[in-house]
Amino acid sequence: MTEIKSVVCPICGCLCDDLEVTVENNEIVKMKNGCSQCEAKLVHGYKSEERILKPMIRKYGKLVPVSMDEAVHKAAEILTDAKYPLLFGWSSSTSEAQRVGVELAEELGSALDNCCSVCHGPSVMATQEIGIPSCTLGQIRHRADLIIYWACNPWASHPRHVERYTAFTEGRFERSEWKSYMEKLKGESSMKKVDAASRRIFMNYKPQIPPEACTVNAPPQTIHKGGRKMIVVDVRKTMTAEAADYFIQVQPNKDYEILDALRCLVADQELDVDTVGGVPVEYLREVADAMVNCNFGVIYFGLGLTQSAGRFRNIEVAIALTRDLNKRTKFVISPMRGHFNVTGANVVFAWTTGYPYAIDFSQGYPQYNPGEFTAIDLLKREDNDATLVISSDPGAHFPKQVMQNMMKHPLITINPDWNAISRLGDVVFPTQWCGIEYEGTAYRMDQVPIMLRKVVEPPPGILNDEELLRRILDEVRLIKAEKAKKEGEILEVCK
Amino acid sequence: MLEQKLHVILITGRTIDQGVGKETGKGSQEYFDSAAVCFIDQADLNKLGIKSRSNVRVTSKYGSVIVRALKNPYGSNPGLIFIPCGLWANAVCGDETFGMGMALYKGFMVDVEPAPKESILTLDELLKLEFGKEVQ
Repeated sequence: MTEIKSVVCPICGCLCDDLEVTVENNEIVKMKNGCSQCEAKLVHGYKSEERILKPMIRKYGKLVPVSMDEAVHKAAEILTDAKYPLLFGWSSSTSEAQRVGVELAEELGSALDNCCSVCHGPSVMATQEIGIPSCTLGQIRHRADLIIYWACNPWASHPRHVERYTAFTEGRFERSEWKSYMEKLKGESSMKKVDAASRRIFMNYKPQIPPEACTVNAPPQTIHKGGRKMIVVDVRKTMTAEAADYFIQVQPNKDYEILDALRCLVADQELDVDTVGGVPVEYLREVADAMVNCNFGVIYFGLGLTQSAGRFRNIEVAIALTRDLNKRTKFVISPMRGHFNVTGANVVFAWTTGYPYAIDFSQGYPQYNPGEFTAIDLLKREDNDATLVISSDPGAHFPKQVMQNMMKHPLITINPDWNAISRLGDVVFPTQWCGIEYEGTAYRMDQVPIMLRKVVEPPPGILNDEELLRRILDEVRLIKAEKAKKEGEILEVCK
Repeated sequence: MLEQKLHVILITGRTIDQGVGKETGKGSQEYFDSAAVCFIDQADLNKLGIKSRSNVRVTSKYGSVIVRALKNPYGSNPGLIFIPCGLWANAVCGDETFGMGMALYKGFMVDVEPAPKESILTLDELLKLEFGKEVQ
């Protein structure tokens, strides 16, 4: 039995690097410090029956196991025969594999896109428009005294973000609010018990806790207290909102209006309306005061902004608000990146091609245009005639119509387990679990590169993403050289 | 007064159970139980005359799907339903990107109606129905 410390969690953009993993007979049997998702993957999921152990090719409608050489040749044949393939995914792979992916896209003259186009693509576009005042998670941990989660629910998507980097962590200059949160929970629990007892004893007793309603309550006095404060803005109450000092429930698709109203209030301008996006202006004024009066504030935003009406304009106005706040105090803003290396995909694509996603190589050089070369748009227009999906699952995350278009052409998948897209593949490659069975680089949500660790040996005969892509690339080059040779011979005969 | 059908706003997104389910395995019971669901406000459940854990049909202009209705666990959101990210949510999400690459996942109108006699399709059944391929 071996205990390995400082293992990096390969799930979300937090890349928590304090896991303690116990390995016995080349199997992870115990894990400490991780969240429930980490436990599900590291202790159960990675070794489940859903694991793909052999390459497969669809023959007469059914997937049959084949040798690695046959699968690599078939995949390379599909990619070279296609006029315009799409290479999509990359977010759960290492940056080393992503680099080979760019090489493959250039060789094929294909489209190259990553999962960012259906999560924080609009955030990237907004950043390109007006820049982004940001910082590392370590800075937030030690210094931030006002944390705003806008349109995101880290308790579900990044379970340790609050505990490790923001309100509930013990920083060098800011204290953890965990104890006061626990006291608040105890207080609420006691109040519920008193109410329940009173209801039993007294007739017509009115409970002290007002019934929940779809309205925004006035900010509590604690919004002006010292120490760390957490504000959550969302269209629905979530577990993160339950833990916050103040929750603002906004109407769906009204984030832009509220962010713009806050810009006015931060600039000491008056608003001629009583409510904005369902929130009374007087409450927004108190939030603006809390923003201006903090020492170090941060806005973390999620897909509620990038996927709602306005898309990248929502992010643009949020960044503009942050920029305005920096005239009065210190404020930063950061997207809550989802997959553990989706940031890496943007970084690697940007330093190899100049563009972070939505890239086209059909002209022999990289071009960039979200809305044209993004996966959903390409599939919707049926532009591509083959697809390679690596380390992601558009089968479970793309709208049905675009997936139906994807199915009209050959599909190659590279994933460790039978997720939705692997089940639909025509050539299905197994691969090693990145960050469990092989090591490599991943970029945390704040663009800090972190080395993932290998803790167990992979099953025999299974390659990692980088090795597999390199083999496909070599085979593609071989097939192209043979084709060029044949074309040359035909030309010679014609002469 | 009971209503046959409710016209509500749909939001899709993450839940902790869906996260645990997807990491356990897309074919797992955990994933099915956490992703093939729809969180509906108690007031809306009352309007439809159904109880939590009964089946409902969610229909948008892009498609239709049967999911299990669950009572919204936090706060109150009448007129707004939530389906966790996954194949069942995708059945009703739109492919319109408005020139930005991002599909329509949040903030659009759908209809919800009780479907007590219809069953929820599993991942494999839904894949076969939507894409016509034999799945592994």
